[in-house]
Amino acid sequence: MARLPLNRPLKDQQEELLLFRRRARIGYLIIVLFVLALAGRYLWLQLWQHEQFVTRSESNRVQVRSIAPNRGVIYDRRGRVIAANEPAWRLELIPENTGDLQATLAALGELLTLSDDDLARFERARRRARSFERVPLRFDLSEREISRFAVNKHRFEGVDAVPYLSRHYPYADALTHVLGYVGRLDARDLRRVDKNAYRGTTHIGKSGVERAHEQLLHGQAGVERVETNARGRTVRVLERQDPVHGTDLILSIDLAVQQAAWDALGDRAGSVVAIDPRDGAVLALVSKPSFDPNLFVHGISQTAYQAILEQPQRPLVNRSIAGGYEPGSTLKPFVGLAGLELGVVQRDQRIFSGGQYFLPNYDRPYRDWKAGGHGSVDLARALEESVNTYFYQLALDLGIDRMHDYLEQFGFGLPTGIDLPGESSGLLPSRDWKRGRFNQPWYPGETVIAGIGQGFNVVTPLQLANAQAALINGGRRWQPNVLFATKGPADETAQRQQSALSAEIPVADPRNWEVVLDGMHRVVNGRRGTAQEIAQGAGYQIAGKTGTAQVFTQDQSQDYAQEELAESLRNHALFIAYAPYEQPRISVAVVVDHGGAGSTVAAPIARATLDAWLAQEQLAQPPAEALSP
Amino acid sequence: MKQWLPHWVGVPRLDLPLLLALLLVMGAGLLVLYSASGQESALVTRQAIRLGIGLAVLLLISQVPPYLLRLWTPWIYGLGLVLVAATWVVGEGKGADRWLDFGLLRFQPSELMKLAVPMMVAWYLHGRVLPPNWRDLSICLLLLVVPALLIARQPDLGTALLVGISGAFTLFLAGLRWRVIGGAVALGLAALPLLWMVMKDYQRGRVLTFLNPESDPLGAGWNIIQSKVAVGSGGFSGKGWLQGTQARLEFIPERHTDFILAVLAEEFGLLGVLLLFVTYLFIVGRSLYIAGLARDTWSRLVAGSLAMTLFVYVVVNAAMVSGALPVVGVPLPLISYGGTSAVTLLAGMGIIMSAYGNRTFIRR
Repeated sequence: MARLPLNRPLKDQQEELLLFRRRARIGYLIIVLFVLALAGRYLWLQLWQHEQFVTRSESNRVQVRSIAPNRGVIYDRRGRVIAANEPAWRLELIPENTGDLQATLAALGELLTLSDDDLARFERARRRARSFERVPLRFDLSEREISRFAVNKHRFEGVDAVPYLSRHYPYADALTHVLGYVGRLDARDLRRVDKNAYRGTTHIGKSGVERAHEQLLHGQAGVERVETNARGRTVRVLERQDPVHGTDLILSIDLAVQQAAWDALGDRAGSVVAIDPRDGAVLALVSKPSFDPNLFVHGISQTAYQAILEQPQRPLVNRSIAGGYEPGSTLKPFVGLAGLELGVVQRDQRIFSGGQYFLPNYDRPYRDWKAGGHGSVDLARALEESVNTYFYQLALDLGIDRMHDYLEQFGFGLPTGIDLPGESSGLLPSRDWKRGRFNQPWYPGETVIAGIGQGFNVVTPLQLANAQAALINGGRRWQPNVLFATKGPADETAQRQQSALSAEIPVADPRNWEVVLDGMHRVVNGRRGTAQEIAQGAGYQIAGKTGTAQVFTQDQSQDYAQEELAESLRNHALFIAYAPYEQPRISVAVVVDHGGAGSTVAAPIARATLDAWLAQEQLAQPPAEALSP
Repeated sequence: MKQWLPHWVGVPRLDLPLLLALLLVMGAGLLVLYSASGQESALVTRQAIRLGIGLAVLLLISQVPPYLLRLWTPWIYGLGLVLVAATWVVGEGKGADRWLDFGLLRFQPSELMKLAVPMMVAWYLHGRVLPPNWRDLSICLLLLVVPALLIARQPDLGTALLVGISGAFTLFLAGLRWRVIGGAVALGLAALPLLWMVMKDYQRGRVLTFLNPESDPLGAGWNIIQSKVAVGSGGFSGKGWLQGTQARLEFIPERHTDFILAVLAEEFGLLGVLLLFVTYLFIVGRSLYIAGLARDTWSRLVAGSLAMTLFVYVVVNAAMVSGALPVVGVPLPLISYGGTSAVTLLAGMGIIMSAYGNRTFIRR
């Protein structure tokens, strides 16, 4: 039984109900008073001041319009323009003012070329726009077309030729995979940018630098208050807030190096990446085949796009940062260093190569490339001659997980963090990875072939060039960058971008690193080196490592003559190199798709790239004068 | 009606006059939205679907007996508080962290608090003796100030104030003594300079622009000037549906959301505006009447305070559109484009309907 507390007054339901009703009435009264006040306000505006506002509304032909800013220009590191803004004309149409739209389009079609694609795109844009808004019909009119239209202008009510700045890439396909391209702003783009800032902007960076540094390049939209006549045509500009020009970018790319690598690669598919090991600046980033970015600026036609898509060599893929290759023997210097630094093998310790290597209790042979083997070799010699057996044994002694952990410090299996979109992280296998991916245990045979960069290993050319840069830097690994300096509208001089260090790999004994570098030096300069040809006439010392990536798994017990294989089954040729040996200023990675052996095909391309940079460097020391384009 | 329905179908307990008034406002809203959006039927369809969802919520809640709603109140309030606090950590939105993203559904937890705060205050007062004494009053104030502060921090000052006001209305209807109300109002006025200090720059900018719209005719003042031109040029009977030049020529920004009343005023004139006001007055009046019939303290207080809060929206929005108040992001109930606020509002109406279903038939 609950007892009522005596000191607490009782709740009087009846009294509280009446209290509520009183309060509700008062509240309602207050609300009515507010509404009366509001009604008064609207009465005042809509009756007393009506005449005045009607006049204002009718003369209200003042509109606020956004003015698109000029996009920042892009230069190479020596101030050569590689992405420009060029004056051009486009045809715009206000559907409401044209009268008979179909007749107008037909008449325009006789005057200038209007492709089906143009018409289809116009139709899409027109449906999205309101009938009194301007809709672009054709971009990039030729001079002939402009004059022809100007003469007939009087026939076309509501159609205008409007000047604008069009993005132009003077070096066409050679820089596509660095610069990317701009394209028409679409609904998907609008979701990732501030809509207000892009009011009036027609193009936006879709890939490459154009996309990665869109914020810098775009600039700030301006506003204009304009008086228009009844048809919406501007009569006069009342007030104007100028747009702010986008920031100019100076890339670390050296056009001469880029061009040399591009030319050296010839008609082959593949990739060349060159990095300055001193600061991680990317000097060249070539990926072939490529495509002309200028086609995309005004919207590529469906047929042309289909043609690019259907090319078997896939020009849209940026092999340098997104191409996954088996590193093959180019991974050996890093595996060797892991062995020395972790104390698994000594610098002068020799391992015997007899042409074939067997795991205990297995009868599957793992082969050396040279029949009969290389004899007893230490690490430097194993690198010079690319002795597989040495690394089979070393990998087995290291174990896959230790190898994984050490190599990861060089950035394998991780994105490098380059300022370009679409980078792939490659793959550095480990026990954990395999269990997670396939739910399978790790087999010793997989460790053996991982020692020569085969099996699950996948790298990008950029990762290779950057890992080599870290190797010659004594473990300092930069985050590679394409943006070298910026020059904003307010800047007197260009502002140098600071490079960021990704990792500092601990050094157990500097002599270990020297031995590995010595081995790479002997690849090019040694008596038995696998890439001796490229040392000739260089005038500076080159070091490097050849590699071959298998396209399909060969049975180790069989020999394939590469020439007899169909081209699409031939191995990829790899070569990494740096120079000058004593004071490295460039680190290069070359991959030639289906090129066969690294030494014959890839090494000369690397040489051409090295030549271009080192010759240039003697002419002018960057970046001093490059910074004032 | 019962004769030609199967016997197991109960007639939903709904107040027909109130429902009809709501439908009237929603119908008018869709009509105006069609014009304001530049005759974009996809947008109107989207809004219609949202209103449909809102009506379904209304129907659902109206069939739950008030005592159940009352029992759930602390849970709803607690959940709301947690969600509002969660927006600090994981919120996303344009500049302000007001939104929680549940994949398909983007949800603004502060909307939930608009219902939960009056429900909670009423829950606390339900068993107490009214008018509340000082101790009860201070606990109620805590119940409404904590969520309001959390929301103000998002920052969403408008919603924070509305949440606070809805709680305050509950206290007012519970019979808070006049001298306390007077004191609070005086204190509030004295605290205005303090409010100025905690405001963000954009909020101060709005107030300054309101005081002198011509100071920034290109930027923020533009809204107010153009909105007034639209309203004023509408005149007595308006320019006619789809004929408003101000809206059509894109002079009014936000014309399908916060400034939709300007479009209505331009196209339907003073007549349209007054008709809308009267309908809103009817909705609020009817809701207060239903509240007065409720059997228990909780439903009485909640229904009453929700009805009065609805009108705060109308007053603030209409004043803003006519340039009598600074620009604050308060939508016009059931007419502005936007899902969350409409659904919340209809859910609140559902609570009122629930009170109606449980009304007393004894005249006292």
